[in-house]
Amino acid sequence: MNRFAKQLLPFCSLIFIISLWTFLEPDNFLSFRNFSNVLRRSSVNGIMAAGMTYVIITAGIDLSVGSMLAFCGMIGSVAMLGLSGASWAQMTGGSYIELTPEAMLWGTGIGIAAGALCGLANGLLITRLKLAPFIVTLGTMSIFRGVTYLMNSGKPFAVSDYTYLDIGKIWIFPSSVVILAGVLLLAGFLLKYTRFGRYTYAIGSNMETAFHAGINVQRILVTIYMMTGAFVGLAAMITTSRASSAQPTAGLALELDIIAAVIIGGCSPSGGRGTMTGTLIGTLLISFLRNGLTLLDISTNVQLVVIGAIIVLAVTADQIATRRQS
Amino acid sequence: MVGELKMRQIVKTFGPVTALRNVTFCARPGTVHALCGENGAGKSTLMKVLAGVYQPDAGEIVIDGQKRVFASPKQALEAGISMLYQELDLAEHLTVYENIFLGRELRYKIPLMIDRAGMISQTRQACRKYGFEIDPEATIQSLTPGQCQIVELLKALMKNARIIVMDEPTSSLSEGEAEQLFCVVNQLRKLRLTIIYISHRMEEVKKLADDISVLRDGEVAAGGTSAEMDIPTVLRHMVGRELKDYYPARQSNPGPVLFEARHLTGRGIRDVSFSVREGEIVGMAGLVGAGRTETARAIFGIDRPQTGQIWLGGKRVRIRHPAKAIRKGIAYLTEDRKRTGLCTILPCSWNMTLPNYPRIGMRLLLKLRKERTLCEAYGSKVSVKWTSPDTAADCLSGGNQQKLLIGRWLMAQSRFLIFDEPTRGIDVGAKKEVYQLLNELVGEGKGILMISSELPELFGVCDRILVMRRGRLVGDLATRETSPEQVMHLAAVEE
Repeated sequence: MNRFAKQLLPFCSLIFIISLWTFLEPDNFLSFRNFSNVLRRSSVNGIMAAGMTYVIITAGIDLSVGSMLAFCGMIGSVAMLGLSGASWAQMTGGSYIELTPEAMLWGTGIGIAAGALCGLANGLLITRLKLAPFIVTLGTMSIFRGVTYLMNSGKPFAVSDYTYLDIGKIWIFPSSVVILAGVLLLAGFLLKYTRFGRYTYAIGSNMETAFHAGINVQRILVTIYMMTGAFVGLAAMITTSRASSAQPTAGLALELDIIAAVIIGGCSPSGGRGTMTGTLIGTLLISFLRNGLTLLDISTNVQLVVIGAIIVLAVTADQIATRRQS
Repeated sequence: MVGELKMRQIVKTFGPVTALRNVTFCARPGTVHALCGENGAGKSTLMKVLAGVYQPDAGEIVIDGQKRVFASPKQALEAGISMLYQELDLAEHLTVYENIFLGRELRYKIPLMIDRAGMISQTRQACRKYGFEIDPEATIQSLTPGQCQIVELLKALMKNARIIVMDEPTSSLSEGEAEQLFCVVNQLRKLRLTIIYISHRMEEVKKLADDISVLRDGEVAAGGTSAEMDIPTVLRHMVGRELKDYYPARQSNPGPVLFEARHLTGRGIRDVSFSVREGEIVGMAGLVGAGRTETARAIFGIDRPQTGQIWLGGKRVRIRHPAKAIRKGIAYLTEDRKRTGLCTILPCSWNMTLPNYPRIGMRLLLKLRKERTLCEAYGSKVSVKWTSPDTAADCLSGGNQQKLLIGRWLMAQSRFLIFDEPTRGIDVGAKKEVYQLLNELVGEGKGILMISSELPELFGVCDRILVMRRGRLVGDLATRETSPEQVMHLAAVEE
């Protein structure tokens, strides 16, 4: 009952936002093109939020996902260009290089693997050195961003032919939206129907208890941070494809939106609570919010204020619900 | 003010429970009065009444011939009563003098500034007066536990305390530090202070006390001067409660040896060896900090023992992680359900199956319907009362939480179960049910190690009782051939 009620609030907010925009901007907002756009934009955030959901259920946090996004995009692109026979000078010079399909496929895989490795680093630092996730990922956020700038002295890598994840379609659906659906279904399934998912909740609810119940807490945590990294890698390749280039500034302050989506979706920052459905709703809520505000010509600066306020509201609502329960 | 204390006919109830029943307790200035009693006998409650933490339902407190009523700890403090709790109440990152003057800092001539030099010199003077060797400018975290205790004392003395209550002051001290503390206590006695000293350790009591009072079940069981009360007398009065009939009867016929610990040495334990047979309940007695929980932790793979062996069903097993212990059929119900037993915000069913997925055929995928059926089955087996297995575990009462955990380890098909204080914080009815469950478990041929601080419970339930003292096993006694006095003697008296 309570869990159901908790999902109801974000869901109603989503419906409310959509109705509000429909009322204020019927022509621009209520078009197939606009909805398709919003969904495509949501795909990057949604994929990253899927991983973040696990992290936050364990009472952790990953601040490095934005920087990681840029880093993985750069690595994937360099791999693609290199496998297509480009020299380092050509890559950094930004001249047009024709990409082979195999190179694009491999590059995508390498981008994802780079993400997984970044996540592994986060996970190992947190579990082996027993450091707070907040501190570790605050550090790696800076490290990943710095390395990304160093790779090409702050300039992007152009991959003009890499368009599949942007405009490609699977049947009639945009490929990125299909990938988002796949990731959410997979992550949601793992969370609800596997031992791994249960252990995630148990660790977040009470790490000591989880250990006493024979759970290998460290291994589960490392897996979760690694999985989050891999999802970030996937999202990075979609971002790269959309821009036809890997931008070192990609994903700046993106962690805000991701964490906000997960929290708004009902994950408790103190751990042990959260669902993938909630995260999907939270992601859509933020995307539609930004979309509508943009259509209404409200500046991104104001959007920041609005989203910040909504996070505080969502956490307050969560606190009130928790207090009422006990 | 001299500090002559008389507490007369004190009554204190908590709901239906009577914690203190007409307790009369007097302490003379310039003496050390030891207060003895088992856990839950009412010692702490009595002292909290004195310190103004609790208000008595009846009775009066008379200090120096004047009747006093304390509505708050602050008022008691102003009347010269100071209580030193087991857990020290000091700010670790601050210095000695900052702690002493916390909340009542000396003002400097300039407004908003504090008089550091003045506070340091006052602290130093007090140290000289009482003969303490403490640097006023040292931070608390750089001090040993014994020195911290002295800082607490100093803090009390500098607030003009005349009556000082010390609650198990040596429980966290090494022997050398304890000796130093005894010197300090003797010094305070010479300064004509009234000292009330709560302790389980008999040799300390004998060494320090002028008077001894024994509490049992909220009443004064005995009292007198140290000369009148020898150790056996004190022990007899402490435990001299008849075994109530709520310990269910059981046919005891132990089978072959199921579990054996050989020479376990590790964190907090030294050379611990014992065995448990199938169908046998073995109790473990000892004071707080004697190494009982540490033994359980070593067996369960939480702390890895440095040396020693564990044998289960005639085979040697090496356990480095609780996962391995669980796989081998060992269960450990920890003493702190909320901190190490349950995930309180998660559903009861999840809590029940948490360590058991491989055992119930859910190695990879969960089968939610099967999980529910299993939980309902084991739930009714241990008769846990829940509205549904989906309710959060923190909605259950303490007794039901304990039954839920017993259900968990039944589901795990454990052969050897360690219960650490299984009846702590649960009501009498639930206790009885827990004892009943223990009996059923051994009836099925399982072996049980039960750690408990309640002697009557150990005597009511166990076949054998192990006694630990200072990390060592000092006794392995058949329940029928021993007495609570003997167990208490082994646990509390240094040979």
